[in-house]
Amino acid sequence: MPGLEDLYREIILDHYRSPRNKGELAVPPAHKVEGFNPLCGDEVVLYLEVNADGVVEDLKINGQGCSISQASTSMMSAAVKGKPVAEARKLIRAFKALMSIHESKLDGESDGSDLAADLEGVKLGDLEALQGVVKFPVRIKCATLAWNTLSQGLDESEEPVISA
Amino acid sequence: MSVDVERIKKDFPIFEREVHGKRLVYLDSAASSQKPAVVLDAMDGVYRDHYANVHRGVYTIAEEATQAYEGARAKVAKFVGAPSSSEIVFTRNATESINLVAYSWARANLKAGDPIVLTQLEHHANVVPWHILAAERGVELRWIPLTADYRLDLSHLDELLDGAKLLAFSAMSNVLGTITDVAPLTQAAHAAGAKVLVDACQWVPHEPTDVKEWGADFVAFSAHKMLGPTGIGALWAPAELLDAMPPFMGGGDMIRDVRLDGFTPNDLPWKFEAGTPAFVEGVGFGAAVDYLEAIGMDNVRAHERAVTTYALDALHDRFGDRLTIYGPADIDVRGSAISFAFEGIHAHDVSQVLDEDGICVRAGHHCAKPLMRLLGISATSRASFYLYNDTDDADALVDGLTHVEQFFAL
Ligand SMILES: Cc1ncc(COP(=O)(O)O)c(C=O)c1O
Repeated sequence: MPGLEDLYREIILDHYRSPRNKGELAVPPAHKVEGFNPLCGDEVVLYLEVNADGVVEDLKINGQGCSISQASTSMMSAAVKGKPVAEARKLIRAFKALMSIHESKLDGESDGSDLAADLEGVKLGDLEALQGVVKFPVRIKCATLAWNTLSQGLDESEEPVISA
Repeated sequence: MSVDVERIKKDFPIFEREVHGKRLVYLDSAASSQKPAVVLDAMDGVYRDHYANVHRGVYTIAEEATQAYEGARAKVAKFVGAPSSSEIVFTRNATESINLVAYSWARANLKAGDPIVLTQLEHHANVVPWHILAAERGVELRWIPLTADYRLDLSHLDELLDGAKLLAFSAMSNVLGTITDVAPLTQAAHAAGAKVLVDACQWVPHEPTDVKEWGADFVAFSAHKMLGPTGIGALWAPAELLDAMPPFMGGGDMIRDVRLDGFTPNDLPWKFEAGTPAFVEGVGFGAAVDYLEAIGMDNVRAHERAVTTYALDALHDRFGDRLTIYGPADIDVRGSAISFAFEGIHAHDVSQVLDEDGICVRAGHHCAKPLMRLLGISATSRASFYLYNDTDDADALVDGLTHVEQFFAL
């Protein structure tokens, strides 16, 4: 039986209590994107500023929800800020792989080959603390909300900001 | 007679198990109740000894299965004060009972612009069927607001009921615990010419029920919240009303005759029960009602009020203003569901930490999103007490919540 300490690692609680990059950015130049988890009401708001070189120059987060969703958002912001968009996308894929490798294991499948490739060579650092979430399947969507929202935000913001 | 919880717990096999090495403290009966062995045995008995499809066979075991199912219907009818078992339509659950009214009665009787009055504390089961009807028919939905102390605000009831064709409301809120006053609301609606549907899903398991005393036109409830199995619920309505309504679903069992050019519906209540019914579950429903009758609903109510009062006091004493309770403070107008929230700790995290102590509480919007919006929150935790809960369970909750506070201490 997985215990609470697997889910609520100290670094996660720390991000929950003191979220990094909390706040707002002026829109435009920043792009605002919202993610919503209709089942539990978790809400993530991201302000993304991607510069002409395709780097996530600034990023602020807002929202409300459980510790996992909010900590994941904070950790994501710390990991992505200052990174080129391409690298941010790699992180998104790697993070989802971190979550879904175990999802598919639960289904009794072991086809983790693509997922392993997504994780290959990507440094997740603190984010690995969220790995414990996969032992609590209902909470996985809490952890991935920020990343899905980021993915959407990058898609939406890359074009107009680069051409500006 | 008071309720002997220690003895009652022994009737429920699930209380023999542990969760994370702790005794099971089940505080989610408002979502679904646990089942006593007599209910499980009754259903097992049908499968093992009397199993054959109902209403068809002439042979002995088919006859036995039919008798058991129809016997259960009579028990349920008596339990809620229905004058005749032909007025108890078995459905899948309260949700289907409400949909039956929306599809059969409402579609036959309502037209564009006809007002339907609901309240802002309804479960989605008593909201969405009417939204669907509104989209399809253009009926108008009106909403009875709430007061600051989480009760129905009836100050504009007459205006809301003016011209209304239906008043549909919950007798007890699954989120706030609020008890609504069914009989006077029903009288007001009838005086305005509206029919009345009572969502009694949270009421029937916990309080003595007399549908005739209420005087309502439709009453919906589910077996699984009152010690019975999943997959079966009931709709009560007076025979004259049910007779005048078109069938809901078509198929076997609900017909008296089928020809190439049409069909003749069956008598009540089978006219509304198309296809092979959940008759094994029906028998379980009957056994659940027997169990509750043996304890006595007055005793169930008195016991729950005592435990709920104890829990409310204990929560307040331990946490004071740090814990917000969403629901009436007055025990006379509330049931045993207690919704609460800590400032800064999300309901999901509360549930997760309580689970470690073997305590089951619900987290989320409790299928009442319009109400949650009104309260300005996205989720609450909810502890709900039933006849098998006692003050030890309330103490366990309070201690568990202290662990929660410590765990997430800022
Ligand atoms: C007040 C109320 N109405 C309706 C329902 C729907 O019950 P069921 O899911 O059994 O149809 C519930 C169950 O949560 C409820 O609490």
